[in-house]
Amino acid sequence: MGLTPAPDRRVVTADPGPSAGSQDGWFTTRLDFAVNWARAGSMWPMPFGTACCAIEFMSTAASRFDLARFGMERLAYSPRQADVLICAGRVPFKLAPVLRRIYQQMPQPKWVISMGACASTGGMFDNYAVVQGIDTIIPVDVYVPGCPPRPEALMHGIIMLQKKVMTERLRDRTRHVEIEPDPSSQLYIPPSRIDELSEPFGNSVHQTRSNP
Amino acid sequence: MTDQVAGTALAPATAAGAGMPVTQRDVPHRGGPENPSAAALAARFGDMVVRAEVVWGETTVLVQASALHDIVAWLATDPAERYEYLSDVTAVEYRDFDRPLEVVWHLRSLVHRRFLRLKVQLPKRGALVVPSVIDIYSGADWLERECFDMFGVRFEGHPDMRRILLWESYREGHPLRKDFPLRGRFSRAEQLKQALAADPEARYSMEELSIAQAFDSLPLDMRERMTASRTAAGDTEQNPARVGE
Repeated sequence: MGLTPAPDRRVVTADPGPSAGSQDGWFTTRLDFAVNWARAGSMWPMPFGTACCAIEFMSTAASRFDLARFGMERLAYSPRQADVLICAGRVPFKLAPVLRRIYQQMPQPKWVISMGACASTGGMFDNYAVVQGIDTIIPVDVYVPGCPPRPEALMHGIIMLQKKVMTERLRDRTRHVEIEPDPSSQLYIPPSRIDELSEPFGNSVHQTRSNP
Repeated sequence: MTDQVAGTALAPATAAGAGMPVTQRDVPHRGGPENPSAAALAARFGDMVVRAEVVWGETTVLVQASALHDIVAWLATDPAERYEYLSDVTAVEYRDFDRPLEVVWHLRSLVHRRFLRLKVQLPKRGALVVPSVIDIYSGADWLERECFDMFGVRFEGHPDMRRILLWESYREGHPLRKDFPLRGRFSRAEQLKQALAADPEARYSMEELSIAQAFDSLPLDMRERMTASRTAAGDTEQNPARVGE
């Protein structure tokens, strides 16, 4: 499709790699492990539920699937006490500045899970009102596919995020990069790339029906 | 004047299923018993009533836009009509470009158990302006704002004719018009930039915030911000869609 390859700094491998292992001593690696273990084991999620994905999130948090098993029993309904933002559901453009502000209000370190097709890509709502993927307005760590994802899928995403947190190193800041938005457009993906990715396809190309 | 007792349209007490509402059966697509209000309207307003028709058992009266306010006021207050409930205000645009846009009012008389649909036709080449009925029904406020937001129909006499669903700085037009592309007019990146530039707290008029009563006791910076955003919203002229391009 003629997409320009861009380096994706958000991709993190589970392997610590040679840079961490060769220089860090026993103390720093144990400290890393302790800090990461504490962070990953007591993540406070803030649900940002706007649609049916939020129903699945509620199910995940409730007793049958029991999110508390992963140290997440304390749902933070204020961004100021949250570690991970779980964006569940479609985000209309009118909500975009609200979501951005909620993300900015979260204390660092902070992570974001984009739950479901709508939050990740806009889903079936390829129209004038819906943001085509929240990764354009806030950085996303884990995408959970599904429409809506089952609780097992969300839990899988949460475990993936915990694994990602466990790979962070104090000496190696590239493991967790708080990426900054593009200064001119304030978007996390360059505008040209957004337009390329959201190129109309299928029936959407000739969508104006009544022009004479 | 004797009020018709609500509930007389229910099934007689002797019939099976007594007290249950009677479901109309075999309702024809066109024709059938007409709402008596249509004849009363024609007798009272004459030429201002263009025509009346019955579709699926519901009466639609097409009226002139200039007389709409008088007609609705009469329907709401006349003892024989008493349409006290405005269920909906909306608009219809047809795919045929030359067919005029229609604005629709759904009126319900709770006392007489009647439903009446009023329509006004607006040619698309002209100004899309109809009189507001907000002085008759307070509930018309948000309905008319939504109609303006989605179709660009202006309601003359409405005190607060702003967008309601989309944000106020929305520049792409009115989404339910047929000439509006499904994905909007601007590119995705441009849409995102404009959406992010909107201030989440500047969208509400002070009238609709309960904070308006407490305005004087608010902190100074908050007062300044609210006044500034208000004047900015007032100065910004809405850029209407390219109608009928």
